[in-house]
Amino acid sequence: MNLRTLRILLWKEVLMLKRNPFIPRMIVAMPLMVMLVMPLIANLDVKNVGVAVVDNDRSQLSRRIVADMSSSDYIAVKDVLSTYNEALGEVENGSADAIVVIPADYERNLTNGILPKLEIDANGVNSTKGMLGAQYAARSAMATVSAWRGIETSPGQGSTLNWFNETLNFRNYMIPALMAVLIIIICGFLPAMNIVSEKETGTIEAMNVTPVGKFTFVLSKLIPYWIVGLLILTIGVLVGWAVYGLVPAGSLGAVYLGAILFSLVMSGLGVAIANKSATILQSIFVMFAFVMIFQLMGGLFTPISSMPEWAQKITYAVPPRYFIEIMRSVYLKGSTVADLWTQYAALGGMALILCLLAALTYSKRN
Amino acid sequence: MTIFQALIKKETLHLIRDRRTLLIVLFMPIVLLLLFGFAISTEVNNVRMVAVVDRHSDETRQLLLKFQTNSYFTFQGIVPFSEVEPMMKRGETDAALVLTTDNGRLSHQVIVDASNTNMAQTAASYIESVVAGNSVTPMLTNVLYNPELKSSYNFVPGIMGMIFILICAMMTSVSIVSEKETGTMDLLMVSPIRPRTIILGKLIPYFALSCMILALILTLGYTVLGLPLSGSVFNVIWVSLLYIVLSLSLGLLISTFADNQVVALLISAVICMLPVVMLSGMIFPIDNMPVVLQWISAVIPARWYISAMRTLMIQQLPLEYVITEVSVLAGMTLLVLGFAIKNFNRR
Repeated sequence: MNLRTLRILLWKEVLMLKRNPFIPRMIVAMPLMVMLVMPLIANLDVKNVGVAVVDNDRSQLSRRIVADMSSSDYIAVKDVLSTYNEALGEVENGSADAIVVIPADYERNLTNGILPKLEIDANGVNSTKGMLGAQYAARSAMATVSAWRGIETSPGQGSTLNWFNETLNFRNYMIPALMAVLIIIICGFLPAMNIVSEKETGTIEAMNVTPVGKFTFVLSKLIPYWIVGLLILTIGVLVGWAVYGLVPAGSLGAVYLGAILFSLVMSGLGVAIANKSATILQSIFVMFAFVMIFQLMGGLFTPISSMPEWAQKITYAVPPRYFIEIMRSVYLKGSTVADLWTQYAALGGMALILCLLAALTYSKRN
Repeated sequence: MTIFQALIKKETLHLIRDRRTLLIVLFMPIVLLLLFGFAISTEVNNVRMVAVVDRHSDETRQLLLKFQTNSYFTFQGIVPFSEVEPMMKRGETDAALVLTTDNGRLSHQVIVDASNTNMAQTAASYIESVVAGNSVTPMLTNVLYNPELKSSYNFVPGIMGMIFILICAMMTSVSIVSEKETGTMDLLMVSPIRPRTIILGKLIPYFALSCMILALILTLGYTVLGLPLSGSVFNVIWVSLLYIVLSLSLGLLISTFADNQVVALLISAVICMLPVVMLSGMIFPIDNMPVVLQWISAVIPARWYISAMRTLMIQQLPLEYVITEVSVLAGMTLLVLGFAIKNFNRR
């Protein structure tokens, strides 16, 4: 490998990046946009769930249950109705997400020691909202009833400590993962487009007839995106700090080490796909398939531990899984590289394999 | 063979020639449906927990037994308190139940790893409800329309909204722009074929492909994923066709702006894909967003389509419940198609 050739090839890549009217702007604008807008959108912290109450009891207690619910931040009692069908109508036309049914003689039965059932129906179509609504309603009703009966639940009322994120701020959970999404998208798609567009314009033929070795050539394609990855992460970290006041509880070095390994993984994958593709559309579609699966299986929006056993095994082969874990743990829990060494080792191994793959799939005789 | 048929044949050959893209286009919906149907769940159903006990008694043993037998928990054993924080930092456990006995009275505290907020909230309320038992008042919780809480019910409409935009808008615009790039578009334009015929010849193969994918998704959805099948399936089909036409018009509109493939791809990715995933209510509820973003989401076709699909497919309500959505989609189609044709003719 010739260092001078590598330096010149890198300079060529930088010039090409700079000359492109679109890409440098995208590298800066996209992280900014995603970091500023996405946390507003990616909010699963559901407030004001619409609840329709069917009150068949019409007692003091049932009115108190309704009053307590409407005073909660999380629940908005839309209507107190007398039949279930009316309440179902509210769900069908979209004004309520959950129904609470208080059975007839609820208060009297409760006083007489019979345990009557409160029924709560959640709208399963928008399950996040419906299920959380049902949970909130159940918790609120439970609190009202136990206060009314004046009983202490055994063994005593407990308290809950929320470690690492005391205010349960959903943004703190999303922001570190968003930086991973940015690296997935930018460090994945740009290299995937770069080599193929050289193929389409024919400049790669010119490269193929030169004595430049394939490792040198592939390295010159990988290194720029490595730097781009670090740049994106820096923008992300800065926005996280300046706008959301979120700084890593752990060391910044641990964050960057993860990002270096992960951008190698993504750009290696991008170059390998581009080597094997004939047209831009093809390589974008293949990359898109990977990106979709990465985002879904990487534990970005849905917890990996909720997946069935076989799916959890698949996630071990999904690189963002490790990076997202690293980002969240370092940012919120202050984990160290030593705590997370398995994740770093897995990412490192994958980076090595994919970069080798990128070099090996490139062939000058095509 | 008429000119029109010849054009369609040419475009179909183009499509089929690129085997890999075609394969991905056909397989991606299947893979996504299966992943969403069987792998991904927004429900928290496996909380890993440890317990910290300062004095063992029958009461603590009985309490911990409840967690060991509950399928929502993976009970990882009793650990000393000092072990809890390192375990959470290594990501080995999600929650800890601390039981302390004071003057013979048992009190408890729940510690959750709140770095995952939803998981933490749910885990805490699960643990509290197990500890409290059913002594206060029994609750009966039902889930309407989706009694087994299948996440596929949530995601199938979203996947459809995304796939059609991807295929129709992205592929159509790239195919037209690549003809511009290679210069074959000029050849077509100087031929005596009317522009209208050229456009239709371009759009029809992609329309056919989308219809195939629609059939594939619906078949899979109603068989493997067990979506409820009823008469509303006809409504589902024709509203989907309307959405496909809208996406094709979007693709056409993009192709009149873009000069090369990369720009066409980026425009369709930035304008169509990202907002579709983020703002359409597919993953994140729209009512939760700031008002400005809710307004923006109103111009995104997928939002209306997904909402209509949820009502028709999952709730199986009759058509009058989606009149707003359908008329918005129809209006958008007319507007976009009109613009696209006007722009195309100008060239």
